[in-house]
Amino acid sequence: MRQISGNKLLVKALKEEGVDTLFGYPGACTIDISDELYKQDDIRVILPRHEQALVHEADAYARTTGKVGVCLVTSGPGATNLVTGLATANYDSVPLVCFTGQVARHLIGNDAFQEVDIVGITRSITKYGVTVRNREDLGRIIKEAFYIARTGKPGPVLIDLPKDVMAELGSAEYPSEVNIRGYKPNTNVHIGQLKKAIKMLNKAERPLFLAGGGVNIARANDIFTKIVEKTNIPVITTVMGRGAIPTNHPLYIGNLGMHGAYAANMAVSECDLLFSIGTRFNDRITGKLHAFAPKAQIVHIDIDTAAISRNIHVDIPIVADAREAVLKMQEYVEPCHTEKWLGQVNAWQAEHPLMMKKHAEMGPKDIIDEINRQFDEAIVVTDVGQHQMFAAQYVEITEKKQIIMSGGLGTMGYGFPGAVGAKLGNPDTPVIAISGDGGMQMNIQEFATAVLEELPVILCVFNNTYLGMVRQWQKLFYGKRYGMTNLRSGALFRRTEGKEMPEYTPDFVKLAESYGAKGIRVTKKDEIAGAFEEAKKNTKVPTLIEFIIDPEEMVYPMIQPDGTLEEMIMDC
Amino acid sequence: MDNNLKKRWISLYVENQVGVLSKISGLFSGKSYNLDSLTVGTTEDPTISRMTIATVSDDETFEQIKKQLNRLVEVIKVIDFTDIFVRMKEILYIKVRKCTQEDKVELFQIAETFKARVIDYGKDSLLLEFVQTAAKNDAVIKLMKEEFKNIEVVRGGSVGIESISMMER
Repeated sequence: MRQISGNKLLVKALKEEGVDTLFGYPGACTIDISDELYKQDDIRVILPRHEQALVHEADAYARTTGKVGVCLVTSGPGATNLVTGLATANYDSVPLVCFTGQVARHLIGNDAFQEVDIVGITRSITKYGVTVRNREDLGRIIKEAFYIARTGKPGPVLIDLPKDVMAELGSAEYPSEVNIRGYKPNTNVHIGQLKKAIKMLNKAERPLFLAGGGVNIARANDIFTKIVEKTNIPVITTVMGRGAIPTNHPLYIGNLGMHGAYAANMAVSECDLLFSIGTRFNDRITGKLHAFAPKAQIVHIDIDTAAISRNIHVDIPIVADAREAVLKMQEYVEPCHTEKWLGQVNAWQAEHPLMMKKHAEMGPKDIIDEINRQFDEAIVVTDVGQHQMFAAQYVEITEKKQIIMSGGLGTMGYGFPGAVGAKLGNPDTPVIAISGDGGMQMNIQEFATAVLEELPVILCVFNNTYLGMVRQWQKLFYGKRYGMTNLRSGALFRRTEGKEMPEYTPDFVKLAESYGAKGIRVTKKDEIAGAFEEAKKNTKVPTLIEFIIDPEEMVYPMIQPDGTLEEMIMDC
Repeated sequence: MDNNLKKRWISLYVENQVGVLSKISGLFSGKSYNLDSLTVGTTEDPTISRMTIATVSDDETFEQIKKQLNRLVEVIKVIDFTDIFVRMKEILYIKVRKCTQEDKVELFQIAETFKARVIDYGKDSLLLEFVQTAAKNDAVIKLMKEEFKNIEVVRGGSVGIESISMMER
């Protein structure tokens, strides 16, 4: 029988798994894999400039294509730089397979150069992680990794590859079947439970759908929308669930939670049946638990048994994939008499519509409105902070538009590499990153990747020279003591009392240009449209548009952490 | 949150692989679950290990623990020992030093009463072996601490298996 090295088998396995793009950064322990990848053309190898950006790129690639994102990094620091990205993907259920180099088996445990126990380090932030200790296990482990990553509740899998195992000759076979005795993801829907839930739905006077990220991950949007329309029941979403039905749909109320719409939060408080799909009832959406949906019976459909009845008590638990569940629901749902209830919801919307008061000549909403106007088709990738919440509130999502972000972990630095990964997976779709000046600087080096890969992403930087979301808390709850949030602070500021500052730190426009990208600075509202028009003309290079934003802009409404709806702060 | 806070037992079938013990114990520490005792050993199938775990938790947390364990790829099966008949024992060694002659006599009496064995013997020391439920071992340790000043205790953690007949413990 023909024998091949582990390195060759890895590349063969990737091809059989249909991997077309690999995000890799080389090193001593993976140089042989780089060599094998060099000898072939089927898999495109992307070289980001930092492993954290690398894993975010693979993550966004996966979120926007539905494929498994694949990473290859070296041992030691290459592997540890994955940690934040793995936790990000794990929290948001993104399928990744990450290969890390490892020192040869006889060196493991010896404090060898660039040796680190990466499986141990990442144990609690991966769906599964394993070191390949025998060459004959390699094919099976890779096969299982892809299967585990994409099935059930998707998540990141890490495979640690000792250099000598990969050099060893062994079987050229890549298995076609998977059988893991401890892992049998549930796919069937319990029909009895589902019928019970639908019966409650029909009986309810004030029913409400709550869609979480699971609806988007399972790509159940189209069928879910049909169910919503047939039943005539209003819908609220979590931030990650946004887009479960088009945001301009008349039955869509808005996001709930800390920065949710008033009407959405009122609807949760007043509904008598909360029919939730694919959400973990995170503290950012529930606020104080005893005050959450106090009048409602709760139905909860989730792929993850552990997410059910953990944070809130659930009356009807249903363990199922969201798409499977809504497909089955389609057979049983009936039109509900919700006219009166919808009237109430509309009244709340009229009472406090989602809006931003005018603070400066150009506000965040003006920019997002323009994005909504100019792009019928787009993938919007956000970073983390105020701009993220503005985007979650105001970016319009339709069948042709998607928004992705680090929702669970809240990882600053996700936005830019996320846009790079999304564009690599969707070359024909406009990709727009919305970031702050803080998050943008956490992975700014990806300009090199974006320029050299000729990725015409549009990077909107909402620059207010502050870490705005933390500043917002300081403004509201900490007596306006802006400790650590002023991105212009330091010895220079103290010595000159802020009078001898460079105009920009950094000058984002010059920074973009130094990489060969385009940079535009926008300070006035009437320049917004032109800037996007200009950016669209750059079809081979990224364009950064820096928007100078007033630091006093705030995300409203806001419910305090662990607060209740009654304490909701409207615009002030 | 401490409604029904009590000791509960779980038996786990897990893959006999490197890192699995760390994964299980890491789940408990990472999620702030109490881990009272954990024993592990291979089964008749050398690729499978079986763990007996004791945790002090309330109803809701205990449900979460079982679900979280079930999620792990390396966990093959989770058995809740709460409402089933099981046989469960723990081994306990107690070494008593600086014994007087009367102490030794008393220790032999204790051994007889508790069905323990005296397994080693020195000029002024004795080594006792108890194989009984963890709760009884708790009681023995309490008693021995009261009676003797110089003792050394090692306990193994419980191992449990489902009963064949309807008998408990």
